[in-house]
Amino acid sequence: MSTRLATGGRLTDRTKQMKFRFNGQQMRGVEGDTLASALLANGQLMMGRSFKYHRPRGPVASGSEEPNALVNLGQGARFEPNQRATTTELFDGLVAASQNHWPSLQFDVGAINTHLSRFLPAGFYYKMFIHPRPLWKHVYEPFIRRSAGLGAAPDAETVDADTYEHFYTFTDVLVLGGGVAGLQAALTAARSGAQVLLLEQNAHWGGRTPVDGGEIDGKPAEQWIKDTVQALEAMGNVTLRSRTMGAGVYDHGYVLGYERLTDHAPETPGPRHRLWRIRAQQIVTATGAIERPLSFAGNDVPGVLLASAIRDYVVNYGVSIGDRTVVVTNNDDAYRTAICLHGHGLNVPVIIDARMQGGGALMAQAEALGIRVLKGKAIAKVKGTRKVTAVEICDQAGEGAVLETIPCDAVAMSGGWSPVVHLWSHCGGKLSWDEGNAFFRPDLSRAPTSHDGAPFVIPAGSANGYIQLKDTLADATTAGSSAATAAGHQPKVGTLPQVAPREEAAMLPVWLMPQGANVKLRSKAWLDFQNDVKVSDIQLAAQEGYESVEHAKRYTTLGMATDQGKLSNINGLATLSAALGEAIPSVGTTTFRPPYTPISMGSIAGQARGDIFQPVRETPLHGWHEAHGVHWEPVGQWRRPYSFVQQDETVEQSVNREVKAARDSLGLLDASTLGKIVVKGPDAGKFLDMLYTNMMSTLPVGKCRYGLMCNENGFLMDDGVVARMSDDTWLCHTTTGGAERIHAHMEEWLQTEWWDWQVYCANVTEQYAQIAVVGPNARKLLEKLGGMDVSRETLPFMQWAAGTLGGFPVRIFRISFSGELSYEIAVPASQGLALWERLHAEGAEWNATPYGTEALHILRAEKGFIMIGDETDGTVIPQDLGLGWAISKKKADYIGKRAQARSHMTDPTRWQLVGLETVDGSVLPDGALAVASGTNANGQRHTQGRVTSTYHSPTLNRGIAMGLVLNGPDRMGEVLEFTKLDGTTIPTKIVNAVFLDPEGEKQNV
Amino acid sequence: MLILECPYCGVHAEETELHGGGEAHLTRHGPESSDQDFEGYLFQRENPRGVHFERWRHVHGCGKWFHAARCTATLEVFGTYSAQTSEPPQHIRDRISAKRPGWSWRELA
Repeated sequence: MSTRLATGGRLTDRTKQMKFRFNGQQMRGVEGDTLASALLANGQLMMGRSFKYHRPRGPVASGSEEPNALVNLGQGARFEPNQRATTTELFDGLVAASQNHWPSLQFDVGAINTHLSRFLPAGFYYKMFIHPRPLWKHVYEPFIRRSAGLGAAPDAETVDADTYEHFYTFTDVLVLGGGVAGLQAALTAARSGAQVLLLEQNAHWGGRTPVDGGEIDGKPAEQWIKDTVQALEAMGNVTLRSRTMGAGVYDHGYVLGYERLTDHAPETPGPRHRLWRIRAQQIVTATGAIERPLSFAGNDVPGVLLASAIRDYVVNYGVSIGDRTVVVTNNDDAYRTAICLHGHGLNVPVIIDARMQGGGALMAQAEALGIRVLKGKAIAKVKGTRKVTAVEICDQAGEGAVLETIPCDAVAMSGGWSPVVHLWSHCGGKLSWDEGNAFFRPDLSRAPTSHDGAPFVIPAGSANGYIQLKDTLADATTAGSSAATAAGHQPKVGTLPQVAPREEAAMLPVWLMPQGANVKLRSKAWLDFQNDVKVSDIQLAAQEGYESVEHAKRYTTLGMATDQGKLSNINGLATLSAALGEAIPSVGTTTFRPPYTPISMGSIAGQARGDIFQPVRETPLHGWHEAHGVHWEPVGQWRRPYSFVQQDETVEQSVNREVKAARDSLGLLDASTLGKIVVKGPDAGKFLDMLYTNMMSTLPVGKCRYGLMCNENGFLMDDGVVARMSDDTWLCHTTTGGAERIHAHMEEWLQTEWWDWQVYCANVTEQYAQIAVVGPNARKLLEKLGGMDVSRETLPFMQWAAGTLGGFPVRIFRISFSGELSYEIAVPASQGLALWERLHAEGAEWNATPYGTEALHILRAEKGFIMIGDETDGTVIPQDLGLGWAISKKKADYIGKRAQARSHMTDPTRWQLVGLETVDGSVLPDGALAVASGTNANGQRHTQGRVTSTYHSPTLNRGIAMGLVLNGPDRMGEVLEFTKLDGTTIPTKIVNAVFLDPEGEKQNV
Repeated sequence: MLILECPYCGVHAEETELHGGGEAHLTRHGPESSDQDFEGYLFQRENPRGVHFERWRHVHGCGKWFHAARCTATLEVFGTYSAQTSEPPQHIRDRISAKRPGWSWRELA
């Protein structure tokens, strides 16, 4: 059983006790513990169940590479799933629960899967659930969804109680990793005078060197680390941040750092996480190395850990995994674990070394301590289910015949070390295979390159494949010096840190233990603990033709999720290459993608939440609307009134009231959001003729014309009224959502195609408030304000005039989107509210009624006017909408003209716009389809039309709709069947889209 | 995230300040063009692994469109230049030739 030792734990302070809860049980830890070390100290070795087979799992590692010990952390608004116990610092009152089991961690029904594992090989889901098709929706998918995922999803309605922020910074040299290599590289670079930023993901500096021991410059490594950190802190050009991970390296020296400020002390004020957005000239990746597991049967049983992790728990936290630890290795480093355990009074019954000749000086040291060493041997199988009870020993060269069974309660395994190359690889750094060490290391000749074509990432220390302390520090010095030089600084010549060389015997690549393991053993030899991928799965994938490493990964899920190849990568690749009979480098690696370990969604969002998630655009009348019962509708970034709801009124009733007011007497609309773009210059007319389908150059000064704008693909993209201001100036109105887009569209053509044309355009949308005065009494109101002649004779339909109306400097456009007598009045934005209030005051005698977007929609639909985004969806051309009259036949060219000449665009069977009336007067569902006879290849009904706009018309007191229908205009009076959501259909008659006043008499008065 | 220097305002703009506009130096084909020419203009785009010419707009800056010559594989930027030209200027081509010997205009692959 795992327990707290009587003494030790260099990172902990035993005088500071802490309470925490795991699965509802009260436990105790000490300051400096991680959740994992505290759980182990409480004898809690089992921390979760595996993803697929629900096998009992304990921690394998002690750091961020941990695949198993993922827990649900926190409660309520601070609940988060899949948090690694090994990197979660303990605090008083922490609450955690294990994942992926039901009903309990000890007894889990899903564990039946492990007995069914023969029937659940790689690709099982793909093969099993494909037939019969109907079962997918009703049986397979619900089942898979229920069993998918590890942790519980946070409650969708709960708002994260913490705050997060983004932080931007620039630096000459960025060092990622604060182990001895990172410290040395940072120091070397900083001495040149370069700005240096050093990030370390853990709370402590120095990485794992203090655990592994050794002397630097004649002092214990831990002291050297302390001195170096102090030296760095004293330098003005160095910034150090612990608890900050280099999450990803991107183009041109862009790096994301992820700082965890209050995870270890949740009551501290301030943001919980900070996302560092860094631009670095040079990046040193001193990310260290990760130990590899060995592949033997039962290597996932709780109590089997990486040798380095067992050493970490003892040295850093004073916690032992078991009393009797068997060490199994293919290299010298694991002997350190045996020696360390022995030094702490713990029993190591045997060291199983796969190498026939065994190890070097460390082996001699272990043997001198009286530890039994077996050479050329292997573990055939680990015994035990919820914890290790014994190991069976066999010859590495054989097939697994058991020579001896040794009782034990822990196994320390080491398959060698792999440099952490993730950050080197994120932006394109390539790798080369190191035959001697059996790992991929950065290929310095193929580094990630920046804007100038020069490398901008330099690996350092063990991340660069230099595992021995002496080599690590020498390489880090070179890296720091190179980074400073590349960033334009002159490195100082200094002395290398002095480290006594250590002789270690060569490691032996061992990809399967024993090498000839039979299928039964191979099916219990795990490669990827988190995703439950075994040696046999990779072999099956290869056998079934998944020869590309990227395919094999996706077929088996090897290295997916949070693992990202940290533990599983090399063993998996080696297994695949062996199965394919190819060399490891020719099989290659999968792609390393950021982030290195998962970062919180909150940190990505940063401050962008709630009111500042995105800016809200307000018209000059916004405040008035808020004070008058507005029911808002978001339109792009604008808020527009949907309707103004009075007391004792539903939203629907308010809309009907507003429509009737505009039709019968006087309505007022805030049209300020309408896009307004001034186009000016000697070539402005020519330019607008290219932009619009109709002719704008011939528009006389003082007149207005409705225009259509298409994209080069021929599809209708915007519409609006164009007014000619003067000889060389036009004012183009666009849709509310279209102003920025259309302005950009104009700029693009002017700057990149017709750059010799003399035209300027300016988006003046926000410079004016615009108010539509609508209804039979509109003229009377304007006349009452006085100052301008707005008579039919002086200001007829589709003309505009400038002047002073009731003391306001205005432009009045006699245009109508409602079919009523209508004036749109533009006034400088600062005077918008005053004019609006004046119109209401003076219009009271005609019951002046503000109306919103829904009334606007109904008013236009009753008149058969199209709305961009309703009648158009990016596949509709003006010809579909009966707008052929607005397409100039005289012009040689306009944007979209060539496209509209294509055969599909001129196809007479394109659906055409018509009006639709249900026979029973009800309102058609939005988007309803008109069914035709017969079915298509998928068994779906053929269709012959669809609804584009549908409303209840208060004026006609019935449902009205517009839609696109096959040969529609030629089928007036015909009754079609339109679908409803319940599967039934509604008989609907094709009618003229102009439901009201087809002669236009109401607006032309 | 790329950094490109806007040739108009001189700002070294990060990609978030910019709007990408796809391949540069396309020739517009209008009403009388053949189906093949029009299809090529509207839809066919180079997607080279290597030297490429792109349109960018400094949208959250001076608002100007410009062109960038860069290597899609190594992210090296050979230069940025005015959008108001129908082919890359000689000094940009020379710079590319110096870095990618044997390269020539419109041999994009």
